[in-house]
Amino acid sequence: MTHTISVLVENKAGVLARVAGLFSARAFNIDSLAVGETEDPTVSRMTIVVRGDDRTLEQIIKQLNRLVDVIRVRDISKEPFFDRQLMLIRVGLDGKSREKLLKLAQDLGAQVVDAHQDNAIFELAGDQKKMDGMLEAMKPFGIREVVRTGRIALSQKTEVTLKDLKE
Amino acid sequence: MKLKGAKILMECLIREGVEVIFGYPGGANLPTFDEIYEGKIKFILVRHEQGSAFMADGYARATGRPGVCMATSGPGATNLLTGIASAYSDSIPIVAITGQVRTWLIGNDAFQESDVIGLTRPITKHNFLVKDVRDLARTVREAFHIASTGRPGPVLIDLPVNVTQDETEFEWPEKVFIRGYQPTVDGHPGQIKKAADLIAKCKRPVIYTGGGVNLSGASQELTEFVRKTGFPITMTLLGLGAYPGTDPLSLGMLGMHGHASTNHAVQNCDLLIAIGARFDDRVTGKIEAFCPKAKIIHIDIDPASISKNVVVHVPIVGDVKLVLRGLNDIVQAPDVSEWWAEIREWQKKYPLWYKEDGSIKPQYLCEAIYRAAGKDAIVAADVGQHQMWLAQYYRFDYARTFLTSGGLGAMGYAFPAAIGAQAAYPNRLVIALVGDGGFQMTMNELSTVVQSKLPVKIVIMDNKCLGMVRQWQELFYKKRYSQVFLDEGSPDFVKLAESYRVTAKRVSKKDDLGPALKEMIATPGPYLLHVEVTVEENVYPMVQAGRALDDMIGSLS
Repeated sequence: MTHTISVLVENKAGVLARVAGLFSARAFNIDSLAVGETEDPTVSRMTIVVRGDDRTLEQIIKQLNRLVDVIRVRDISKEPFFDRQLMLIRVGLDGKSREKLLKLAQDLGAQVVDAHQDNAIFELAGDQKKMDGMLEAMKPFGIREVVRTGRIALSQKTEVTLKDLKE
Repeated sequence: MKLKGAKILMECLIREGVEVIFGYPGGANLPTFDEIYEGKIKFILVRHEQGSAFMADGYARATGRPGVCMATSGPGATNLLTGIASAYSDSIPIVAITGQVRTWLIGNDAFQESDVIGLTRPITKHNFLVKDVRDLARTVREAFHIASTGRPGPVLIDLPVNVTQDETEFEWPEKVFIRGYQPTVDGHPGQIKKAADLIAKCKRPVIYTGGGVNLSGASQELTEFVRKTGFPITMTLLGLGAYPGTDPLSLGMLGMHGHASTNHAVQNCDLLIAIGARFDDRVTGKIEAFCPKAKIIHIDIDPASISKNVVVHVPIVGDVKLVLRGLNDIVQAPDVSEWWAEIREWQKKYPLWYKEDGSIKPQYLCEAIYRAAGKDAIVAADVGQHQMWLAQYYRFDYARTFLTSGGLGAMGYAFPAAIGAQAAYPNRLVIALVGDGGFQMTMNELSTVVQSKLPVKIVIMDNKCLGMVRQWQELFYKKRYSQVFLDEGSPDFVKLAESYRVTAKRVSKKDDLGPALKEMIATPGPYLLHVEVTVEENVYPMVQAGRALDDMIGSLS
C-alpha cells in the first residue's frame, strides 16, 4: 500500500537528515520525498510517499512524531487529497517526427521548455497517471533523459493553520 | 552584563541544578575548562571519555536527574558514543557537551574535527549544534528539558570554540516551549476505564513492568496497584527494584534468563498489564508465540513503543505514574487465588538452582553480595553472565538501586556507572559487580576513583573467560571455544589495584567469601575484591533464541 504523508517540520539545517536517517535506520521504504518552505518561513513541509502495511505506516508516523523538529504528521491519503509532481523530459527528434511530437506533447498538456534540431525538452506537471501517460507516449520517439520532483500533496480540507500550533 | 559563552554555559548548568560534571578536557573546550577552574560545579576527571558517559548514566539512574558529561571535539566526542548509545537504549537522561572546531572551520576537516551531530543523530533523543552564542542559554535549557521529560534520553550539545569565547547578554529563559515536542503525560480517562474493565473480568492476570516505572518514579503508585489487585508482578532487567523483590507478589524477572515459573505464568495469563516496558526480544522470546491467550494492556509514555512489537488491546499513552494513579482510583480486582495456586505450583517445581562443587559458584557470590550489601546499597552490574545471575539472585527492593546497561548491553559499563552513582551519594555503599572481561574495558577509571576520593567497591567475578559467549559456544557451537579465554593475558587484579593505591584482596575459597565481603564494606575508600569462581558455569534457565518463552532449557536441576 502506498501512503502519502504530509509532515510539517522546523525549517532548520539538519532536519532532512534526521527524517531520512529515521527511514534508513528503521528500514522503512521511501518512494519519494519532496521538501520546501511553507507560508511560514520557519516551517517546511515534507511530502513523503511511503510503501507499507498499516502497522508499518503507524510506526512511521509515530517515529516521525518522536523527532523534536517534527511539528505535525498527517497521513493525507486517508482523506481526499491532491498530489502533483513535475517532470522534465528530453526526447529525441528529427525533421520527420518533429511536428507529430510537438502536437502530441501539446495534447498531453506538456510545455516546450527548449527545442533543438535533434532534441526537445518538455515540462509536465500533474499526477502520477499523467506522468505515466506522457512517458508511454514519448517512448517511441526515444526518451534521452527524465528528471522528476517527488510528489507534493495537499488535503482537500484545510489543515490546522500554523498559527494554531504556536503557544 | 555581557558574558562569555563558556560562562553562560556554567551559569545555565548551575541553574539546571547540575552538581557534578564527568569529563575530560581538550583543545576545543579550553574556554569551558577555564570556567570549570572556578570550581562552582564539582568536576570528576575521568581517564577515558567513554567512562564519563557511563558515569553520567549511572548518576542519572541513581538520582533520576540528568547526568552531565563533557568531552572535546573529534576523538573526545567519538569516545563518548558507546555511553550515549547505551543511555539511548535504556532511555536514561544525560546531557553530553562536546567541544567543536570553530564555526568557520566546520566541514573543512580541521584538526580534531568530526561530524558529531551526524555521528550522534541516531543515538540521541535530540542534538544541537550551537552556532551563535545568543542561542546558547536557550539551547541548554531545551537540552535538559528534552533529556528529562517524556521518554527520557541522551541529548548532546556541540559547542564550537568560538561560541564559548563570544560574548552576549545572559538571559535565562524560565519557560521552555518547543512546538514539535509536547509529550502526552495524562492518560486518556476512557482508556483507563477500558483497562479497569478488562482487569475486572480477568482470571489469570500478570503485571509486567519495565524501566519506565523506575524512570517515572512510580514505585509507590505501582506498589499500590499491585497490593490493591493482588496480582502477580514480574519485572524486566531494567524494571527490577520498582516493586520489592522480596514481596511474595513479586515473581522476579521474566525473559531469556527469567524464572521458569514466571515465564510459564506469562505464557498462560489471560491478561498482561504491561507498564513502562517495551516488549524487547529478550523478554518476549519468539514474538508470534508470546502470551498467546492474553489480552494486553500497555501503558507507556512513548506512543511509538505501543504496538511496535506486539499488538495490544488497550493502549494508554501517558506517564505511568499518572496513569497508575487514575487506575488505582477505579480498579476493582477479581479473586485470583486459583491462578496464584497454579503459579505457586510452578514456583515449587522450578526453583532457581545450582550445584555446589567446592568452588565458589558465581550464583553463590551474587547471593553473598545480596546478604552483605544491605537495603541502601546501589549495585551496578556489567554485561554477561554475572549480570543475569545478579538479576536472578539479588532481590532488589528499591527503585534506582540497580544500574546496568540493559538494552545496548555495553561491556565496561558497571564500574564507571558505579562511580557516577557514588558521586551522587558519597555516603552510600556502591558496589560494581564486574566480570574479568568487562572490567578490563574500563579499569583505567581506577585512577578516577582514587583522584576523586570515591569509595566505590569493585567485585570481580573472575571466571577467566567471556562467560556468556562461552556458554553460547558450549551450547550452540559444539564447545568450539573461540576467543573467549582471557586468563593468560589478565593482570594480577590485586596488584593492579594496589598500584593505584586501592586496597584489594583475592578470594578463591567459599568460606572466605563472606568475611571478605564484610571486610570490603567496612574498609573506607575504594576497594577491589577479586573473586575466582567456577569457570564453566551456565546461566539457567534459558530460552534459546527464536524459541517461545516457556520453551526453556535448564529449568530443572
